[in-house]
Amino acid sequence: MEYRRPGLITRLAMPFRGMGQRFILASLVIAGFGVLLLGSGGAAFVDRIRIAVADVATPILESAIHPVEAVERGAANLRELVNLRSENTRLRQEVARLRAWHGAAQSLAAENSALRTMLNYKGPERHSFITARVIADGRGPFVRSVLVNAGARDGAAKGQAATAYGRLVGRVTLAGARSSRVLLITDINSRIPVVIAETRTRAILVGDNSARPRLRFLPENVGAKPGQHVVTSGHGGVLPPGLAVGRIEAAGAGVYRVRPLVDLNRLEYLQIVAFASVGAPDDEAQAEGKSRGRP
Amino acid sequence: MAALWHRLDVWARRMIPAGLSIVLVMLTVIPLPIPGYAAIVPMLVLCSVFFWAVHYPSLLPPLVIFLIGLVQDVLTGAQLGQGAVVLLLAYGAVVRQRVFFRNKSFLVIWWSFMIVALGAGFLAWALASLFGGRFIPPGAAFVQVLVTIAVYPLLTGILHGVHKCLPRED
Repeated sequence: MEYRRPGLITRLAMPFRGMGQRFILASLVIAGFGVLLLGSGGAAFVDRIRIAVADVATPILESAIHPVEAVERGAANLRELVNLRSENTRLRQEVARLRAWHGAAQSLAAENSALRTMLNYKGPERHSFITARVIADGRGPFVRSVLVNAGARDGAAKGQAATAYGRLVGRVTLAGARSSRVLLITDINSRIPVVIAETRTRAILVGDNSARPRLRFLPENVGAKPGQHVVTSGHGGVLPPGLAVGRIEAAGAGVYRVRPLVDLNRLEYLQIVAFASVGAPDDEAQAEGKSRGRP
Repeated sequence: MAALWHRLDVWARRMIPAGLSIVLVMLTVIPLPIPGYAAIVPMLVLCSVFFWAVHYPSLLPPLVIFLIGLVQDVLTGAQLGQGAVVLLLAYGAVVRQRVFFRNKSFLVIWWSFMIVALGAGFLAWALASLFGGRFIPPGAAFVQVLVTIAVYPLLTGILHGVHKCLPRED
């Protein structure tokens, strides 16, 4: 059989090499800059491209994670086998310790409910959540965000809080049909309204791409102390109040940073909290608020 | 029939550079259980684009690079267009100097890759800062460039293996 070469397409493309290729390259670079410019201007179609590509990639990434998970699980099993004995002793001690706490918690719960009845207190609403797997970990040198395999179809929406074990890790910035992007609290664009749990001092948690976001806009003469806990304040109505975020660490004179409670380098599963915010800054929620007919 | 199979085979093999680059994009973003991996993850796709631009530029046409760049931007959460521009400019720079690379030793090519990687890292940082609207500390980007340069020989070995099972360039 004759080996046919060059092929038809290649022959057709031959005259365009050189000048033509250079022209195509230049046009594509310009197109790239155009997309960048539109994206930074907040063009909706750029978000639509991001959503569409992420949704297509989601099942592929999900299946690519399986072998990684299998290896990980195997390694974990092996570690468990090795540590079985010491782990058992540790767990026995922990059970004994927790039994004591259990008793204390029961009496506190009883006391709490009695006090609530006396005060006619309406507690915080319970939020529903969706658990999603982290399928792409996009933490290059410029961004701190992850892609998860839950989207609008599962109930995820822009602005919702993403937590791990009830601790805040970030919030949803873009929700597709089956995938969502979560901006982590360490990202340079992350701004989270928080309060210091011990003193109820308001502040804003500002990410700067480092492992510890900075606590800013603290009221003057009300300092923070290292070791204090930071929780979401719920101001702005976007995030549910009271989600644990981290502990304060001192970093230089008057500079406070927060060590997140969750290891953001090893995120596997996240819970997206579906929080029915009353005063969310989008139009839909405002319309809803109006139709409810506030006095 | 045999001719058809042959052509299918040739086309399938021609898809390899693009397919491999997409696999490298995924490898960049899949959460691997290696502590600290994500923070310094090398620019694997840049290695791939540089390799094909030096050895086999017609197999990775600019349009494919553009699309791969966009996919990378979406999956890593970067500014859309950032990766595409960086990869295309790196490709363009290498293809322009292609005559220089002919019959050069690996060390010379690796040295050239260092320059391209440094340029690409700087450009990516500049674009991320400019279009993100915030100054981003450049330290992490620099570390990423160093890791990328270190990884290149390993990746290039794999790509050379792949290169051997491709049809010869016309």
